[in-house]
Amino acid sequence: MPQNAEKVIDHELLFREPEYTSMFAKKKSEFEFKPSDAKIAEINEWTKTAEYREKNFKREALTVNPAKACQPLGAVFAANGFKGTLPFVHGSQGCVAYYRSHFSRHFKEPTSCVSSSMTEDAAVFGGLNNMIDGLANTYNLYKPEMIAVSTTCMAEVIGDDLDAFIKTSKQKGSIPEDFDVPFAHTPAFVGSHITGYDNALKGIVQHFWTKEGERKPVPGKINFIGGFDGFVVGNMPVIRRMFDQMGVDYTVLCDPSDAWNTPTDGEFRMYDGGTTKEETMQALHASATIVFQEYSAEKTAKYIGEQGQEVVALNHPVGVTGTDRFLMEVSRLTGKPIPEALTKERGRLVDAIADSQAHLHGKKFALYGDPDLMLGLTGFLLELGAEPVTVLSTNGNDGWAAKVQALFDASPFGKGCKVYPKKDLWHLRSLLFTDPVDFLIGNTYGKYLERDCGVPLIRLGFPVFDRHHHHRFPIWGYEGSLRVLVTLLDEIFEAIDASTIVTAKTDISYDIIR
Amino acid sequence: MSVPVEDPKARNKGFIEEVLKVYPEKTAKKRAKHLGTFEDGKADCGVKSNIKSIPGVMTIRGCAYAGSKGVVWGPIKDMIHISHGPVGCGQYSWASRRNYYIGTTGVDTFGTMQFTSDFQEKDIVFGGDKKLEKIIDEIQELFPLNKGISVQSECPIGLIGDDIEAVSKKKSKEYEGKTIVPVRCEGFRGVSQSLGHHIANDAIRDWVFDKSDGTRHPFEPSPYDVAIIGDYNIGGDAWSSRILLEEMGLRVIAQWSGDGTIAELENTPKAKLNVLHCYRSMNYISRHMEEKYGIPWVEYNFFGPSKIEASLREIASHFDDAIKENAEKVIAKYRPMMDAVIAKYRPRLEGKKVMLFVGGLRPRHVIGAYEDLGMEIVGTGYEFGHNDDYQRTTHYVKDGTLIYDDVTGYEFERFVDMVKPDLVGSGIKEKYVFQKMGVPFRQMHSWDYSGPYHGYDGFAIFARDMDMAINSPVWNLTKAPWAA
Repeated sequence: MPQNAEKVIDHELLFREPEYTSMFAKKKSEFEFKPSDAKIAEINEWTKTAEYREKNFKREALTVNPAKACQPLGAVFAANGFKGTLPFVHGSQGCVAYYRSHFSRHFKEPTSCVSSSMTEDAAVFGGLNNMIDGLANTYNLYKPEMIAVSTTCMAEVIGDDLDAFIKTSKQKGSIPEDFDVPFAHTPAFVGSHITGYDNALKGIVQHFWTKEGERKPVPGKINFIGGFDGFVVGNMPVIRRMFDQMGVDYTVLCDPSDAWNTPTDGEFRMYDGGTTKEETMQALHASATIVFQEYSAEKTAKYIGEQGQEVVALNHPVGVTGTDRFLMEVSRLTGKPIPEALTKERGRLVDAIADSQAHLHGKKFALYGDPDLMLGLTGFLLELGAEPVTVLSTNGNDGWAAKVQALFDASPFGKGCKVYPKKDLWHLRSLLFTDPVDFLIGNTYGKYLERDCGVPLIRLGFPVFDRHHHHRFPIWGYEGSLRVLVTLLDEIFEAIDASTIVTAKTDISYDIIR
Repeated sequence: MSVPVEDPKARNKGFIEEVLKVYPEKTAKKRAKHLGTFEDGKADCGVKSNIKSIPGVMTIRGCAYAGSKGVVWGPIKDMIHISHGPVGCGQYSWASRRNYYIGTTGVDTFGTMQFTSDFQEKDIVFGGDKKLEKIIDEIQELFPLNKGISVQSECPIGLIGDDIEAVSKKKSKEYEGKTIVPVRCEGFRGVSQSLGHHIANDAIRDWVFDKSDGTRHPFEPSPYDVAIIGDYNIGGDAWSSRILLEEMGLRVIAQWSGDGTIAELENTPKAKLNVLHCYRSMNYISRHMEEKYGIPWVEYNFFGPSKIEASLREIASHFDDAIKENAEKVIAKYRPMMDAVIAKYRPRLEGKKVMLFVGGLRPRHVIGAYEDLGMEIVGTGYEFGHNDDYQRTTHYVKDGTLIYDDVTGYEFERFVDMVKPDLVGSGIKEKYVFQKMGVPFRQMHSWDYSGPYHGYDGFAIFARDMDMAINSPVWNLTKAPWAA
């Protein structure tokens, strides 16, 4: 009998017991009518070849294992960054169940969001009644300070007009006339989750800045926009700490780092932290806005620029030079010098890199993820003397690829490195076979590549479902860069240990000092 | 609350009045019909069900696509399931249900992969049929060992007038009768996942059964052939069930659909009996096989030793004495292990109160397993149940159980706050809400990444998990010692 009351066996080991393995063999041989094991092995080997890779890269219509999600996910992220705000997604309700699950699996936190639950009748007649009833219910039930509306592809295909619907809802008295309901159309068939973040954020900013009226610039006051970021819980406190150390007058536009980081103390907080309405309105008067992830806020940045602010768009700068550049921009925009404490912190990061550079030098990496994250990590790897041999993004475009190429070209370690825009993880599987690397950087889904291609996965991306609490620690600033460095080094040392662990065979190099 | 706590019905009435207060009048009136208390002797639970969710209330429900791709079709391991439309639906449902299977993923099996047509604006404007044709060609070239393809429609497909049936027929012909199944499970159809199950069942009927002459995958039938219907092998549930059926001398010819294959689906009409676990999601195809092929079906429940014993006997009653005797042997064989599990965990769980809110069969089916451990279900409800589910529930729940259909986020939080159960069993969206409140929680869709929970092997894990959740030392830490 495989199971045992004394020591209960989990699925991990239960199904390796002989009672089960013989059952599986019988099922396979009698009922599954699978191709022969030889045939399966032959095709498996074929998928590793250059010939397969060529066919794979000729794909025009099929996407397999993409590294991107759809717009409304990003819209929910953006809404969650504002105080007392409930995201309201107009369209089919299943989408909202998916966004909530997706975020909760990553952050291990509740994610509140409502749907207007449109069904067949709304597909025919439009979703106006769903909006009217939905806003009234949301307002009464969850007492938000603001409801931020976005759309699913269903509402977009039938052409529902959010502006008109929200106005009508107010006229019908479902919510007070002066209640804030910023909105954004976020069609899932355009762009990705980062586009949705951008649209939703622009919707919110535009709503409050229009309300605020005339801009009265305040010299030295700046805004900060982080972009869609799976590490937001860890990153935002680092950004705030650095601004505080510099004495900067700043506003973070969209900060969900408290909403997704609530304590377990007996109380469920549906809302926690976030940018206030007043802060959002006052942000109009800032002299400049720093966008930390350019591709996550393209339209927002353009809008802000049009209001007369200087916009500095960065590409997820991490590492020494990345953080240097960020801080120097802050200093330039605010006139505040970079304090000694940060210079010292920088020195400690350089110290750590110097201590470990021998282990990083020449190590080959493949990395995939959102376009800005890729630019930031590519820059950092090059700075570490590592080689980002393959850099891939499903939602990165040709312009993005040119920027990555420019990073390659500026470093001797970028020689022979290649960038792949608009490609998915099945493309990457081919690349990992034909252009092998030492390590892979990506999100949780990269573990299938780790299994198939035997390349260790380092989890830096979104989502991370299968490791707990990584998102609680920063990857931005000198502090976050140190954490990225340690993450890389841990995996490098683990790999050496794993390859030297066989007694009397490989363990001559199983060293205790490195 | 002035209502005396010793009268659960009066107490529940008070709770329900309390949660309805905050709704606008029209919504309160609608929601009132979904909330109630089970009374002994009644034919159902006294609540309305399978009705549209109300906008803006934070329903826990999903959509028809989730019911078809996520539940019914997705686990068929040797087929490729295209999430047809924009990228999101396939992304959020990618490998998230842990439908375990054995195979070389990407070569002969495809369960934990995300195939999508990743619709762009031009596909919406000009239609996606041409793209779908090309996708099928590319699948055939790059994944030559796939045994079939299903097209899982996302919302836009039905709205832009694509003819995925025509594409499927054309491509099937081109690829020598290959199984290509168009599924009209657009997310806006119906009121929940439930219609997606039904549509998926119908698609199997129309595009698998009706296209198959049953000779493609020949085997010698036996008098003891059964098919497991409605087990998605979450954490290996179907396996810890199959092992018992085989031990009692039955031959399981198909698993629907966890670790299932297209050959198993096609051969199911040769079964002597269909054994149905999730009634909600697969009663349709069971009824169809009964009508068309004369295969009887029987519902069973493999949660907890009491229900397992009753179910093994019920299944055996459809066969000869040898099988009946074998069933008794199986029950006797596992009883010492079950007794040991209960002896170990019951003292730690006795009298603990549980509130459930789940989908499919679980709001009723798991009750026996809790009761085997001395625990009490004080509230339960279905995410997407129909009235026949609530009728079946009457055989499980006690007089005075609080019932909530399609519960809203607000109602669930308030009910738990007022009822104060020792454990809540629901989904990922609910988990952290209740843990923040200091209430122990187990996900009862995904088994919280544990499992299997089915069968005798599964019950040991179930008991251990419930103990872990309730008796974790963390729940003593939620209040700071200096807090008032």
